[in-house]
Amino acid sequence: MPINLSYGMSIVISRFDLISRTTLVIIVTNYILMTQVEGYMKEKRGIILAGAIVGILSVALVYFGNPANMGFCIACFLRDIAGGVGMHRAGVVQYIRPEIIGLILGAFLLAFKNKEFKPTGGSSAFTRFVLGILVMIGALMFLGCPLRMVLRLAGGDLNALLGIAGYVGGIGLGVVFLNKGFTLQRNYKMPKIEGYLLPVVSVLLFIALVVNAGFLFFSAEGPGSMHAPIWIALAAGLIVGVLAQKTRLCMVGGIRDMILFKDSHLLSGFLSIFVFALIGNLVMGYFNIGFEAQPVAHTDGLWNFLGMALAGWGSVLLGGCPMRQLILSGEGNTDSAVTVMGMVVGAAMAHNFGLAASPAGATTNGQIAVIIGFVFLLAISVSNSGLLRRTR
Amino acid sequence: MIKVDARGLSCPQPVLVTKKAISSGGSGVEVIVDNETAKENVKRFLSHSGYSVSVDQEGELLILKGNK
Repeated sequence: MPINLSYGMSIVISRFDLISRTTLVIIVTNYILMTQVEGYMKEKRGIILAGAIVGILSVALVYFGNPANMGFCIACFLRDIAGGVGMHRAGVVQYIRPEIIGLILGAFLLAFKNKEFKPTGGSSAFTRFVLGILVMIGALMFLGCPLRMVLRLAGGDLNALLGIAGYVGGIGLGVVFLNKGFTLQRNYKMPKIEGYLLPVVSVLLFIALVVNAGFLFFSAEGPGSMHAPIWIALAAGLIVGVLAQKTRLCMVGGIRDMILFKDSHLLSGFLSIFVFALIGNLVMGYFNIGFEAQPVAHTDGLWNFLGMALAGWGSVLLGGCPMRQLILSGEGNTDSAVTVMGMVVGAAMAHNFGLAASPAGATTNGQIAVIIGFVFLLAISVSNSGLLRRTR
Repeated sequence: MIKVDARGLSCPQPVLVTKKAISSGGSGVEVIVDNETAKENVKRFLSHSGYSVSVDQEGELLILKGNK
């Protein structure tokens, strides 16, 4: 009898499952239709659709083999690339992530087509390099960039709530300095070749991956060994690169602009990613709510909070989240290309010096690094806000 | 006419300097930017602040004129 009972239950559950999945599809369709017809949504339609596609693609990449709640994660993927080229030797996180290459090239191709490709540089390059390191150290304390933070919450990982709280706090701190006149100075026009270099390097890296170059390192186990097929990952990166270039989607801009200008434009993209990744996870049965045993995550709330506070503050000073830095570098912004290199170096440091957290939790070295990171951010914020007396 | 030079500034500084410029009052503002992102952001901000905005392209520069 118990067997029959559980069999019956499973039929009920599977039927319910079918109904709930169908319902979700209808909700999604209505939502998309609504964004098409409602006049007041017109301005935000593009970014909401882009967010929806990013959310759905993120779930699809997990289906095709990426680690759970890691369809996209700029910090994790740059960290994997740093390992893939041997800049760190953490065996579980080494892979050349085609998503990153696709993001840069997608942004490059669309910007080039629309004559928005403009090589620029010269805006406090080394400060940006250091900020890239610090953002990465914060993100690897939390175990995810701002985009993965949203994807983690959409997968039911409640630890991300602490991350979001810290992220908002960090952005708030950055905004204080923006209001006091913080600037990394202007950028200027650069020679064309300056802007082409990173896209070219990206293509070479992709070729090295495709031919399985002997000098690359590939994880045999752990998150680095889990990945979607190369061409699917590249295509997903290209699509998101194009959409993000077109819509200026940015995970720090949404909250920042809301605080600064009460402007919800970018925030609507941020929320759209969450809503559609959540729906996708529910449909695919990936949704698992709770704090414990979440994929590639730890439960140390304080350090999840502080890690994302560091990442949020640093991203405000940079003028965009890690994903946005990739997009800008594809558009020819070499200050952002330098920032991306800073993030890669930061990832190598994080694993070489034992700073990166793991599912076991934060390390002491990592905690010290995050605190040092705050001191650096404070110094950079204060000295670039005209708060110190100018002696020039 | 208040003039604002927002060339080469990172997000969200073009909007911030525009906001600061119009906070002192005045019905007309001219903002010079050098990229599409800054153009869209400043345009959106001025529209939401009650300005009618026109955009002219001069070479690689984009010049926004706001009036209310």
